[in-house]
Amino acid sequence: MADTLIPKELKYTNTHEWLRVEGDTATIGITDYAQKELSDIVYVDLPEAGKTLNQGDVLGTIEAVKAVSDFYTPISGTLIEVNGDLKNTPDSVNKEPYGKGWMVKVKISNTSEISKLLSAEDYEKTISGNAKH
Amino acid sequence: MYTPHTPEDKKLMLEKIGVSSFEELISVIPDKLRFKGKLDLPEPMSELEVMKHCDEIAGKNSNQKEFISFLGGGVYDHYIPAVINHILLRSEFYTAYTPYQAEVSQGTLQAIYEYQSLICELYGMDVSNAGMYDGASAFAEACHIARSITKKNKIIIADTIHPYYREVINTYTHGLNIPIIDCGSELDNEGRVGLEKFEQAIDNDTAAVLVQHPNFFGILEPVRELAEIAHKHSALFIVCADPISLGLLNPPGSYGADIAVGEGQSLGISASNGGPLLGILTCRKDYIRMLPGRLVGKTVDVEGKTGYVLVLQTREQHIRRDKATSNICTNEALCALAATVYLSYMGKQGTKDVAQDSYAKSHYLAHEISKINGFSLAFKHPFFKEFVVKTKLEPNYIIAELMKQKIFAGIDMVRFDNNWKNLMLISATENRTKQELDKFVKLLKELR
Repeated sequence: MADTLIPKELKYTNTHEWLRVEGDTATIGITDYAQKELSDIVYVDLPEAGKTLNQGDVLGTIEAVKAVSDFYTPISGTLIEVNGDLKNTPDSVNKEPYGKGWMVKVKISNTSEISKLLSAEDYEKTISGNAKH
Repeated sequence: MYTPHTPEDKKLMLEKIGVSSFEELISVIPDKLRFKGKLDLPEPMSELEVMKHCDEIAGKNSNQKEFISFLGGGVYDHYIPAVINHILLRSEFYTAYTPYQAEVSQGTLQAIYEYQSLICELYGMDVSNAGMYDGASAFAEACHIARSITKKNKIIIADTIHPYYREVINTYTHGLNIPIIDCGSELDNEGRVGLEKFEQAIDNDTAAVLVQHPNFFGILEPVRELAEIAHKHSALFIVCADPISLGLLNPPGSYGADIAVGEGQSLGISASNGGPLLGILTCRKDYIRMLPGRLVGKTVDVEGKTGYVLVLQTREQHIRRDKATSNICTNEALCALAATVYLSYMGKQGTKDVAQDSYAKSHYLAHEISKINGFSLAFKHPFFKEFVVKTKLEPNYIIAELMKQKIFAGIDMVRFDNNWKNLMLISATENRTKQELDKFVKLLKELR
């Protein structure tokens, strides 16, 4: 648990997505905890820019060597940018989940949703609540 | 062969588990639930009696070794080179239908890799999987792949595809509310699709356009134009092509197919009363992650030696579960092996020769039959290795009479559609000699 990164300035969901809010734009990815659980990521399937998103919708799927996992949009809005580098270097998600491994940028449509997201502290409580094997 | 346990075997096993008798193991079953009597089964037979019994049953079938066959409609009498059985019947291939620890079975994986490579060359496509159950279900699965890729729903299907393939597509799309439009021809006119009907039917919700080329009637379709129509509306173009036809015709990859499927039975697999068959499924490189079934890849081990592995397994249902594009869970690997041996043995030239021979013989036959009083060709468009004949006499009468002469004359088309009366589907492959063709024509002439 000690070495799982949970940057303090970000927002989180209990489905392991993070959110960086800058003005009316949100950058979204999956957390360090999630990428550790999935292990080597080989492919990220993302939708196209322009798509309208509702909070809680499936945003895309992440393929690891032995598992496939959905991930969800933490916030409603319009998808404005997709990280095209992930096509060639999906392992950026493992190496820099909060940096180069970002997945999409969304133009926020409902700012009141942000306050309902988890803080870094709340998120840490969620994952330490999970049984460790 | 059945090898039962001897009394000594049983004694050893019971001793090992510390039980005095078999009865002791089932002693918990109450007496009133026990069946007391004899099971209503025939008496057991010795190996000699079983063999005689099976031979007798099998002997009731007429087969393509004893009969001259002009049957087609998806399953054909092409010649099967002796070398195929020589490889197929090796117990290493014959008994292990699938490798459960795949990477330990390098020979099996290599054979599948070669199969995939040969099929890609033949169909002019980027990727082939390890095979599907048959051409019909491969065609149906292609619809789902197209829907996954385009995220659209509507499917447009040429009405000149094999009617059974059409039924299988129904089965695979049952309950999913997918708009399916049958498009194209009027039987009495053309026997191949009219492009205007496709132009009218296609829209921006169309996921795919499906056509069989050559089609069910043996006739060539305007595939280049259909590809254009499909792509203009961002729909995928899916083609079902007979593999032998590709010894003569341009391959699907060259005229715009996004997904190409086919029935592999013509590649060294016996007709066997309709199965087992081999589904061929190929696609463009971009769509590889949507391809169902197994994919074998080539790589190197830690010592740098070539090795074969199953790749992209996250496509498959044992990992992707309900998100997989297919629930395919068994395989036709032995049939794929037959196709691999056939293609590598025949080679490019051999495949060309078989195609040209089949083309020539079916055209000779069609020409000769059309000269007989009471027989005419139903359609005038170019065909490959089968054709439809309009008959004055009832097809079932013709078929019955020719059976007496040990000839399978063709298929009575009324079994597919009540409106297809007095029509027969007849095929001639490289396996027919001129004498056989002439004998057939002579017998047809003599029918009253």
